[in-house]
Amino acid sequence: MLTQEKQAPALLEATKTIAGSEAIMLGLLQEGVDTIFGYPGGAIMPIYDALYDYREQLHHVLVRHEQGGIHAAQGYARSSGKTGVVFATSGPGATNLITGLADAMIDSTPLVCITGQVFAHLLGTDAFQEADVISISAPVTKWNYQVTEADELPEALAKAFYIAKSGRPGPVLLDITKNAQLQKFDFAGYVPCQHIRSYRPKPIVRKEYIREAAELINNAQRPFVLWGQGVMLGSAEQEFKAFIEKSGIPAAWTIMGAGALPSDHPLNVGMLGMHGNYGPNVLTNECDVLIAIGMRFDDRVTGRLDKYARQAKVIHLDIDPSEIDKNVQTTVPVWGDCKETLPLLTEVIKEKHYPEWLQKFHTYRDTEVAELIRDELYPTSGELTMGEVVQQLNELTNGDAIIVTDVGQHQMVACRYAKLNQTRSNITSGGLGTMGFALPAAIGAKYGAPDRTVVAVIGDGGFQMTLQELGTIMQSGVDVKILILNNRFLGMVRQWQELFNERRYSFVDITSPDFVKVADGYGIPGKQITERDMLKDALQEMLSHKGSFLLEVMVAKENNVFPMVPQGCSVSEIRLK
Amino acid sequence: MSNPQQIDRQEYNITVYTENHVGLLNRIATIFSRRKMNIESLNTSPSEIEGIHRFNIVIHESEEVVRKLVKQIEKQVEVLKAYYNTNQDVIWQEMALYKVPTDVIAEKALVERLLRENGARAVVIRKDYTVFETTGHREETDNLIKVLQPYGLIEFVRSARIAIIKDSEGFNRKLREFERAEPGEEVVENEFLNSRDNVFTM
Repeated sequence: MLTQEKQAPALLEATKTIAGSEAIMLGLLQEGVDTIFGYPGGAIMPIYDALYDYREQLHHVLVRHEQGGIHAAQGYARSSGKTGVVFATSGPGATNLITGLADAMIDSTPLVCITGQVFAHLLGTDAFQEADVISISAPVTKWNYQVTEADELPEALAKAFYIAKSGRPGPVLLDITKNAQLQKFDFAGYVPCQHIRSYRPKPIVRKEYIREAAELINNAQRPFVLWGQGVMLGSAEQEFKAFIEKSGIPAAWTIMGAGALPSDHPLNVGMLGMHGNYGPNVLTNECDVLIAIGMRFDDRVTGRLDKYARQAKVIHLDIDPSEIDKNVQTTVPVWGDCKETLPLLTEVIKEKHYPEWLQKFHTYRDTEVAELIRDELYPTSGELTMGEVVQQLNELTNGDAIIVTDVGQHQMVACRYAKLNQTRSNITSGGLGTMGFALPAAIGAKYGAPDRTVVAVIGDGGFQMTLQELGTIMQSGVDVKILILNNRFLGMVRQWQELFNERRYSFVDITSPDFVKVADGYGIPGKQITERDMLKDALQEMLSHKGSFLLEVMVAKENNVFPMVPQGCSVSEIRLK
Repeated sequence: MSNPQQIDRQEYNITVYTENHVGLLNRIATIFSRRKMNIESLNTSPSEIEGIHRFNIVIHESEEVVRKLVKQIEKQVEVLKAYYNTNQDVIWQEMALYKVPTDVIAEKALVERLLRENGARAVVIRKDYTVFETTGHREETDNLIKVLQPYGLIEFVRSARIAIIKDSEGFNRKLREFERAEPGEEVVENEFLNSRDNVFTM
């Protein structure tokens, strides 16, 4: 260690005196940051001034609202696997980040948000654009810290990046007072953080639980795997696939896990949860061993907990010990990074197949196709459905696009039916359910994966929550395909009002501007279609257009998303209509 | 009919070792307030190790809830370790101060005897008032309020609970383990999971 430190170039150089804001730039470069989403303001001006000198290496995307900035950083992190970086000013700039922080916290997205703050001597005086950002953001950040002296900056920034990305990832916020940005100090070089004594990002893997889990799996008759985003966060897609293929166990996904195993993999049996597939929900209550991998048993996945998989022995693989036994009591807790635990497990399990058990999933699948999916994906008459739009998109992209979804009916339809050939292809606001997420997240996703086609699937309600980000697209020239599924309703709430509130449609009837004209105002070409026979050509036009394109598809007003596990019901009480 | 969860509820002593970090108290407090839980008592002060703080939190809840809360507390970056114990597992004390008019004490021999019986000791004696101090369990410090009330108790204050864990070996050895990037075999992590005596099967 000592020799390494001696050789570190930063220490060989004589320390130099630089401003805090410049130290931030050097730190960002050392952390491998290439893209920043942000919005300037008074209290963060010194950082933007330093950025001016580094604008070639650190590409800054000027968003139209800080919420757009943080959702873009989330999209970037989710498509690239890197940490998203956001700049915002003090007060309103910082408070505008809160929704995105909460979203990134619940969906475990690594972010480093840097907010300006008023001068340290003004803290607590109700100064102009002062807000207590550390207190406000504490419950929605993995870690946050206020820097009031420039010489604290390198270490604080290094900790921020380490904490955001290690263990179970999450958003981190650094609140930097203006004096700390301006102050000059002796900069001894930037040393990335590798250890914090009070922080154990990866729990030690316990071999006895691997053995116990393997024994349960080897003796199982009807085992069932549920996987979540943890597989992708751990970059364990290959390890996961190897485990599934050797064990022969049917596997279903949460919407955050979609794409970690390709949609057409023979052991991928579909989506879990409230609007998931029929078989995976019903058979959760028939399996004998339930193996949960990198997922957290959200209430939208489990339905009524006291009727959830009561018959099954539960193995839970998770990097976060506080997730184990939180909602569902486990029989064997396998804590650790699934990139390490899955291979250990794969090594000691027997190679098996469960043809009869797998057939049960297929039988339920056939029922679901016959009773519901066929009409949703391949209707021949009546109004356009959301499902057929997604199906057409699948055929044209061949499942290679990144699908970014907003929140609501279109989200459930897109997640259910999107074909995903590769990992990091489904970006959605899963835990928080943030309407307005998709447009900015798609912008960030494109920056994170510039070689891939990014399609933002958005409802008419959610689009109006953050459509100012069309300005970001216009100015940056980023190539994002915007697919609006317009049903002239806040459709998911309308569906619940229809099913559970006797069709008392309370404030779900929403009018929209002419979206094509709005896009045109931003210099983005667009098209609106209402007829089935125009769908394929319009989608093709959108996809082959060089640059961003907005396609608005007018879909049926009062279609419902099915299947559905009504709130308060067991997963086995899933309704097909 | 009482709710079975109500029956399981009892006082738990949560002990937390932390770094001395601005805002951590807020983060720990919101773990409770987010779940609409009241903290019965909270004490925080430097521990036996320089730079490490120790929280003592008392909460009236079921063990299942407390176990989850402790895991959430331990998840905080600046928290080194958190434990929970029942009242039987700890030695605990609260301290109380009582301000009483001096003339009453001086004139009434009975009061002096009551104070002695309750283990109180004078901290300050002035012409106008005297401050007594006592330590003990809640009932004991409560009892002295009742005793002194008829004699013109002017002011009363009680500290939060502090508790020593009966079977703890302190934190020095554990801290050395934490300071190593790769913990040794002897380090016990996730002890709430490890010590699940009855593994639940569904």
